[in-house]
Amino acid sequence: MNNRRNFLVKSASALTMTFIVPSLLSSNVQAKKPLDQKVSNKQSWGMHIDVDKCVDGCTACVDACNEENGLTGFGRPETDSQWIRKVKIKDKTTDKITTMPMMCQHCENPPCCDVCPTGASFKRVDGIVMVNQHTCIGCRYCMMACPFKARSFVHETLTTQNTNAPRGKGCVESCNLCVNKIDHGSKTTACEDACIKSGHNAITFGDLKDSNSKVRLAIDSNSPRRLRNDLNLNQKVFYSNI
Amino acid sequence: MSDYTLNKLKTPRILYWGIFLFLGFLILLGLASSAYMEHEGHYVTGMNNQIVWGLPHIFAVTLIVIASGVLNIASMSSAFNKKLYKPLAPLSALFAIAFLIAGLIILVLDLGRPDRLIVAMTTYNFKSIFAWNIFLYSGFFVILAIYIWSMLDFNVSRFSSLIGKIAFGWRIILTTGTGSIFGFLVAREAYSTAVLAPLFIVMSLLYGTAVFYLLLRVISKLQSIDIPPEITTSIRRLMIIFLLANIYFLILYHITNLYISKQIAVESFILLNGGGYTTMFWLGQVGLGLVVPLSYEMTNGENRGFALTITSIMVLVGGFFAVAVIIIGGQAFPLNIFPDHIILESSFYDSVIHSYTPSIFEFGLGIGGTSLALIIILILITNLKFIPSKK
Repeated sequence: MNNRRNFLVKSASALTMTFIVPSLLSSNVQAKKPLDQKVSNKQSWGMHIDVDKCVDGCTACVDACNEENGLTGFGRPETDSQWIRKVKIKDKTTDKITTMPMMCQHCENPPCCDVCPTGASFKRVDGIVMVNQHTCIGCRYCMMACPFKARSFVHETLTTQNTNAPRGKGCVESCNLCVNKIDHGSKTTACEDACIKSGHNAITFGDLKDSNSKVRLAIDSNSPRRLRNDLNLNQKVFYSNI
Repeated sequence: MSDYTLNKLKTPRILYWGIFLFLGFLILLGLASSAYMEHEGHYVTGMNNQIVWGLPHIFAVTLIVIASGVLNIASMSSAFNKKLYKPLAPLSALFAIAFLIAGLIILVLDLGRPDRLIVAMTTYNFKSIFAWNIFLYSGFFVILAIYIWSMLDFNVSRFSSLIGKIAFGWRIILTTGTGSIFGFLVAREAYSTAVLAPLFIVMSLLYGTAVFYLLLRVISKLQSIDIPPEITTSIRRLMIIFLLANIYFLILYHITNLYISKQIAVESFILLNGGGYTTMFWLGQVGLGLVVPLSYEMTNGENRGFALTITSIMVLVGGFFAVAVIIIGGQAFPLNIFPDHIILESSFYDSVIHSYTPSIFEFGLGIGGTSLALIIILILITNLKFIPSKK
């Protein structure tokens, strides 16, 4: 009799553990993790850079990007990956010198995605342009097509990748607006965090569709411009005071 | 050559095996180079994040352009009904297939992930001209295989003219596609023009004819037969026409760029102050590849076979420089990211002319690929009846 009771209790417990508890858990997890939700076009991620606030010699954004994405380099600057870089430019007419960060401009009409034979370069519905590391064949046609030289090819064997930034030898990569952070619910990128922390506040990231977002407020109050506007690529990265 | 038969290559076995082993050795070197590049990563090559396409792409594009152009002789026979070339048509189609395979193998072995070839063959982005080219190349391969079959098998020979015409149309589209790989790159000033497509077509006509004549000459030496003088005269005439067409489209390409103010900087880079690229353009592409062979052919009346051989070699060397100027020169000139600014500093070489020194591995891959084309030709002409001779 006891045996039968034990059997029934254990069976019921096993069934509960197998079917009911996981379903409760998973619904809990879903509620907390935007990662499990589909990317939505209700957001359009973008960035504003006020070059007047960007300080010559500061590399906080570059360092933060390297750390976030595990870009350690091999001491070979011509082949090492750079997802974000600092450039110093001089206006041909006014001689005004400015310094600013350059990265993937996340075009609305990205030439890299147009030319990619396998579709590994793609644009998400929320505007982030990135490379699918599983289908990139390493042809580098996207690098030929990018007007901003925003992409890098991984020239060497990598062994110390970060789990949040899948990378591999023989594939092309570029800034993805910290997509892993965004998909986990973050509202900032590593470079923006670093820029704020350094006290410069030149980089502002956010949802371009949200009229109250800080990036929209920055854009609305600064009347910025896109680089190479003549190409009509409608980038999501805006620059003010160039 | 109305009465002719097709034969296998009859050459002393020692000579055959000598050539076979030499080419085989070069192919092994190419494979070893590719394996090393893939194992170590592309940092061992001269290519980098500035010059992303290098010597392997010069070899590959040249071979693919030749593959299309070398079919001229077959097209003259089937599409334009020139009876003179009918006996040479199977050989012409065989050359085309061999050079196509070689060019594609080099391209694939230079990929960052050649192991993902299956992805490239199964996942397509139809907006990409590269993806279209995968169809154009594989389609060309199939059409050529059927074309050769229709010419060699008497039972289906009635279809050969039709398939030859299809092959002619296909190769024009194919070379348009190859030229458009560069022509569709709006961001790079040296490329962004549709003129590149017809330029590539005339380049293919010229280089293909040169390669055909050189190989025909080698085969005739191995077979101890003479090339009929009417063939030499006709190929010489074609060569002059293609040289003139090349000069015309090259001038058109540069005049177009010079007319557009924003392209003047890149034009003066190639034409005037690009250092090695300017030298390659004027001495290699224009001098050795076009002007000298044209003048030589126009002035040389005697011993046309020898003259045409020299012309063909010059055209091919010049052609290699032409593709190098287009591929490397176009990338070496920095992108115009800030049209109204001067770039003072950048950690990513934004403001400098990019340098490129090819590595021995890239050269090995290119030579190995070219040897592959030659060994395919050698094996097939030795085992199948491709070589015409009078009855």
